[in-house]
Amino acid sequence: MTTVQDRSAMPQEREPNPALSDPDRPIGYGRVQRKEDPRFIRGRGRYLDDIVLPGMLHGAILRSPVAHARLVSVDTTEALAHPKVRAVVTGKDLEGLNLAWAPTLSADVQAVLATDKVRFQGQEVAFVVADDRYAARDALELIDVEYEDLPPVVDARRALDPGAPVIRDDKEGQTDNHVFDWEAGDAAATDAVFARADVVVSEEVVYPRVHPAPMETCGAIADYEPVEGRLTLYETSQAPHAHRTLFAMVAGIPEHKIRVISPDIGGGFGNKVGIYPGYILAVVGSIVTGRPVKWVEDRSENLMSTSFARDYIMRGEVAATREGKILAVRTTVLADHGAFNATAQPTKYPAGFFSIFTGSYDLEAAHCSVTGVYTNKAPGGVAYACSFRVTEAVYLVERMVDVLAAELAMDPAELRLKNFIRPEQFPYRNKTGWEYDSGDYEPAMRMAMDRIGYADLRREQAERRDRGELMGIGVSFFTETVGAGPRKHMDIVGLGMADGAEVRVHPTGKAVVRLSVQTQGQGHETTFAQILAEELGIPPEDIDVVHGDTDNTPFGLGTYGSRSTPVSGGAVALAARKVKDKARLIAAAMLETRPEDLEWEKGRWFVAGDPTVGKTIAEIALGAHGTVALPEGVDGNLDAEVTYDPPNLTFPFGAYICVVDVDPGTGKVHVRRFVAVDDCGTRINPMIVEGQIHGGLADGVGMALMEFIGFDEQGNCLGGSFMDYLIPTAVEVPDWETGYTVTPSPHHPIGAKGIGESATVGSPPAVVNAVVDALAPFGIRHMDMPCTPARVWAAMQGRPTPPV
Amino acid sequence: MTSINVRVDGASYSDDVEPRTLLVHYLRETLGKVGTVVGCDTSNCGACTVHLDGEAVKSCTVFAVQADGSEITTIEGIAGGDGALHPVQKAFHEMHGLQCGYCTPGMIMASIDLLKENPSPSETEIREGIEGNLCRCTGYQNIVRAVQQAAGEMSGATGGQA
Repeated sequence: MTTVQDRSAMPQEREPNPALSDPDRPIGYGRVQRKEDPRFIRGRGRYLDDIVLPGMLHGAILRSPVAHARLVSVDTTEALAHPKVRAVVTGKDLEGLNLAWAPTLSADVQAVLATDKVRFQGQEVAFVVADDRYAARDALELIDVEYEDLPPVVDARRALDPGAPVIRDDKEGQTDNHVFDWEAGDAAATDAVFARADVVVSEEVVYPRVHPAPMETCGAIADYEPVEGRLTLYETSQAPHAHRTLFAMVAGIPEHKIRVISPDIGGGFGNKVGIYPGYILAVVGSIVTGRPVKWVEDRSENLMSTSFARDYIMRGEVAATREGKILAVRTTVLADHGAFNATAQPTKYPAGFFSIFTGSYDLEAAHCSVTGVYTNKAPGGVAYACSFRVTEAVYLVERMVDVLAAELAMDPAELRLKNFIRPEQFPYRNKTGWEYDSGDYEPAMRMAMDRIGYADLRREQAERRDRGELMGIGVSFFTETVGAGPRKHMDIVGLGMADGAEVRVHPTGKAVVRLSVQTQGQGHETTFAQILAEELGIPPEDIDVVHGDTDNTPFGLGTYGSRSTPVSGGAVALAARKVKDKARLIAAAMLETRPEDLEWEKGRWFVAGDPTVGKTIAEIALGAHGTVALPEGVDGNLDAEVTYDPPNLTFPFGAYICVVDVDPGTGKVHVRRFVAVDDCGTRINPMIVEGQIHGGLADGVGMALMEFIGFDEQGNCLGGSFMDYLIPTAVEVPDWETGYTVTPSPHHPIGAKGIGESATVGSPPAVVNAVVDALAPFGIRHMDMPCTPARVWAAMQGRPTPPV
Repeated sequence: MTSINVRVDGASYSDDVEPRTLLVHYLRETLGKVGTVVGCDTSNCGACTVHLDGEAVKSCTVFAVQADGSEITTIEGIAGGDGALHPVQKAFHEMHGLQCGYCTPGMIMASIDLLKENPSPSETEIREGIEGNLCRCTGYQNIVRAVQQAAGEMSGATGGQA
């Protein structure tokens, strides 16, 4: 347990190793400023669209204006006649190359370019390659496509109706819009608990479709070199190694001749995990023209066609005693997956880690069943910091606990405190099979309540209610599950979810660490240097962190699901320890003593009992690469490589409290305060952790109040630009108040848990719980996101869940 | 094609451009000034913000021909001749006001313009002053702190105002 972080703390002057004397023991060098910043603040970052190759052409995609239609004809004659056009590719051309369809990350297929039908508005129909981006766009206008309209399936609740149009008639044996059924927990045991419970509450809770909308959209530059048959592919990819393997499988180019380079990425947020048709089309364009081809989508293409997030319609039920002991949670979910099942998650988990919906509570039983359906919408589902559907799981349980609190007329914070898994119960196996690694929930909850002045706020709320003012206090307490994952259980298209790290100490004692994961702003170039610095005593500024280029980094699955610290962070620590062990052998040879007579202090092996006699890592590195007679079996370098297969995931947690004021005349919600207490175990760099949390909290306010990808009944996307898809500006979010506790992960090499997605996961229920709390005088028990002024106003008029 | 003369980050350029060429594409693709980036297609995000004759503009919403005869400053031209960081650049780094860095050039250019108009803005004035610039990573708070610190430094006060 530690004290509340002072949020106004300024970056400190860095001392040699403040962690040594810091009672919080942030690892490495603590609040180190970022190594990435110097280039970004000067406009010297290098993002995909900044890259220019000799002879490079530009691609653009013609997209379907309708949601569901048979493709009658695609006439490219006029486009091909454009003087600056070098190629036009259609679905028919791709069929000849066996590339019209590509496998997705969910064992389905996705159309690269439509051949038979279009299945969502914005779907890829043709690809133009031209001399410049303006000409490519011009030529799109010259392509003549004839569509024969089909009735679209827009409402997931009607997708399985008898007689519903079958979207995926391309799939043999597919006669309806059913994708999968999946369940977890014990249905019979759960039903039995519900049958004898004093109190049962039930509510339909919708987590609407939203979009991660990174500031930089998706793009690729393909450079196919025909003489040697080599493909260099620059991509906005969160998982460059996995992409390389998938491209080898799809395109038939051998893996050693594919080099994927993920440059600086302007935010990913799960949007840049999968392979989009545009990437494949850039490769096809390069093969066809013999020149490099760049494809960069615009914002509306990004919002309309790349991975959406959420879209879960959840029926939640909670069984409890009259005294407020929560006994069981049961839920059925209808999951809208769009036209192609391209959800990114481990193979055995078609609903991701949704079964963590038992939350932070000690239950007697739990059960969920999830049914996925096809609709005429863009594919996706797992994105936007969801940790594989944990956002949905946490939203369900935290919303339902509030529904129960209302039913029992209990304070929602007290109800949670009453039901927490207790610290002595960890490692705790929940009723759907997860083993939570560690947790101490009550101190975090108490800290959040103290920090915000919970009791005073409740008094203030009562007074305001008497005056007719609408003030709400929303509580959310969440348990995350991040760091996928153990190879035995978790793979993505057959690739086990381990991650690699390679450490090299150069002869002068400077070092490089190469990662299989890929930062999109999370600060890996700084924090991974800090891990190595902590382990080897080399200052972070003497350590270069390399990632994103598959030719010179070890294999691994990339960055998403907050898995970098749990998996690759573990790999770096273990690789550093291998280096340290080897350094001991070399130091012993240099000092002409036995390795077991040496002791380690940060950065140095010395003779036990005589600290004046020793060798630093730099001296040992020079020795290893020099002329020192090395012990038998020790080769002449100071390098190590580790592929880390984590024994379990990590389970960070947090206590969030949000205060809102609702304008009774307009329904506009103002977020007055937001306190977030997080616990991610050992904190590598508190400054970066806080920045991650701030960003995620803004996501949560955005989703709860503003963000929405809707569709009309013709299947027109209604959130397809920043004019309609509203993300918060600096004006819509408050100053965040953060605090923390430290409960290390016992199984992780440095005790660290993931954190990046916690705030996105934990904050939406806090905001919605606050809004619903504010609306309690209207008898409202639930309303669906986004709580826009119009929808809040409708709720106040007795229409809490207006139609989409 | 139309001929234009501009000064960008202190250097003169004469180029023939199509009248429809957006200023942001002229800067990026003709001059290679790729520090200025594009984040949307509806003029909402402000990632492309530069200074046109001393005023912050979204360069995706200006044609290059409209900049004929103008002085343009981008993120690449605000550090001192000796490479010393502008106080706003320095503050973004020190206050951790950036993560992926993609909104950063436009955010810094907008902040410099804001501080020129209002050298000691309140927190609310800062938030309103950067409302035309979207950020997906930071949740804005550290950006606000950075602008506060820079305001303090530029007005000669010692230390930040956080």
